[in-house]
Amino acid sequence: MFTKILIANRGEIASRVIRTCHNLNIKTVAIYSEADFEAPFVKEADESFLIGGPKVNESYLNVDEIVKVAKDTGAEAVHPGYGLLSENTDFAKRLEAEGIVFIGPDSGAINKMGSKLTARQTMENAGVPIIPGTNEPVESVEVARKIANDIGYPIMVKASHGGGGIGMQIVQDGTELEKAFESNSRRAEQFFGNGTMFIEKVIEDAHHVEIQILADQYGNTVHLFERECSIQRRHQKIIEEAPSPLLSESTRQHMGDAAIKAAKAIHYKNAGTIEFLVDESQNFYFLEMNTRLQVEHPVTEQITGIDLVEEQLKIAYGEKLSFSQKDLTINGHAIEARIYAEDPKTFFPSPGQITAFNPPIGTNIRHDVGVNSDYKVTPYYDPMIAKLIAYGETRSEAINYLIDALIDYEVEGIKTNIPFLIDVAKSKAFNEGDTRTSFIQEFMIKQ
Amino acid sequence: MTEVKANMAGNVWKVLVNEGDSIDSSQDVVILESMKMEIPIAAEVSGTVKELKVKEEDFVNEGDVIAIIE
Repeated sequence: MFTKILIANRGEIASRVIRTCHNLNIKTVAIYSEADFEAPFVKEADESFLIGGPKVNESYLNVDEIVKVAKDTGAEAVHPGYGLLSENTDFAKRLEAEGIVFIGPDSGAINKMGSKLTARQTMENAGVPIIPGTNEPVESVEVARKIANDIGYPIMVKASHGGGGIGMQIVQDGTELEKAFESNSRRAEQFFGNGTMFIEKVIEDAHHVEIQILADQYGNTVHLFERECSIQRRHQKIIEEAPSPLLSESTRQHMGDAAIKAAKAIHYKNAGTIEFLVDESQNFYFLEMNTRLQVEHPVTEQITGIDLVEEQLKIAYGEKLSFSQKDLTINGHAIEARIYAEDPKTFFPSPGQITAFNPPIGTNIRHDVGVNSDYKVTPYYDPMIAKLIAYGETRSEAINYLIDALIDYEVEGIKTNIPFLIDVAKSKAFNEGDTRTSFIQEFMIKQ
Repeated sequence: MTEVKANMAGNVWKVLVNEGDSIDSSQDVVILESMKMEIPIAAEVSGTVKELKVKEEDFVNEGDVIAIIE
């Protein structure tokens, strides 16, 4: 196994990776920005290096500086976490060239899935069902209008290189189309350096269900079942759970098989997630592949007993998977709630100084946390400060543990979405498993 | 005289008007940026920009005055 790795990330995920490294006796190197001076992960790592200013391009996206620290400290591998450089082909390539292991797939696989358009083509060729839409870039509003008329409204305009909900929008008619097409293309250009757009049909009343896969370097590929992630605001997930309350056992198996087929089509290795939309009749369509660890990976860990970060490290080191598909079973039910520093009504960000941070202590809950009672939440990064994971024998048991823990969760000094999470967890629709991607929109109207 | 206030804490990403400009109520005065989200702040009244209280890169708290419109 590796003796030392560098973690090219921050917040709760840096702490999460460090935790598994400690268990495996792997030394850890953290990098941090001026804004994260007081962050818990900086103290938890064996060595920590300030690498630049608070803006991500000065620090967490500063490839030269990260590579320099890795080399100076003798780190053999880099764990990229999620977001930031985790799906950056050039970063993976650079590490490959420097002889440092990238804990993830090879740069070729990242590149293939980094463009949503190329991903659609690849999956269609592999026989994985895709959402009806265009497989070629849509060059202009005029072309977009023609395609929209063929497919029928509502449609989704999407940036091929978008992510995190940026660069995509549902469009109801031709008037909306013009504005949406241009503004999303411009935003994608600004955020991702590529404004290429395409169009998909909107799958009405869909659930967002994704399959976790693990693949070693020897072609062994398994799936670790699904996560249901339909509760989203601004196309960003808020509550995720495993297993999905929607899927039948037969759909689960078909989706697992499709996910393995998708991974094998690009000779994928390490942990990855294939996202699908599933309609009420349990038809499923490929949405995109995330070539990294997901924020919501803990719910899979809770129901399978597999430490996904440990598996990532072993695979990257060249070990074979120590289990096969038939060894994997679902035990119980797990739900994750993301704690965001934001207004619980408008969902606007609420950075500021935390004055008290006391996650509840109790059974059947897990905390993945990125802050403490002295931490100042800055406006430079994602608003997620912590994740609360509750689990039980059944879904309703997990929901009860979640509600109890959310009620006892104390954060002072900043606004958080905890009151909103409690309302959602207590709602009739959520308790009935009626968790479609339109959930929050409909929930807000009812409030 | 009307104060234009920040509706969230964040950095001033872009200042879109100058002091002395005549502006319309629907016109955006600044764009705030926080946690990967940009929120344009509209004037909400028509008039002349009497004073700009912020410049680009400044940090503002929720409720801080951004500009005064006369």
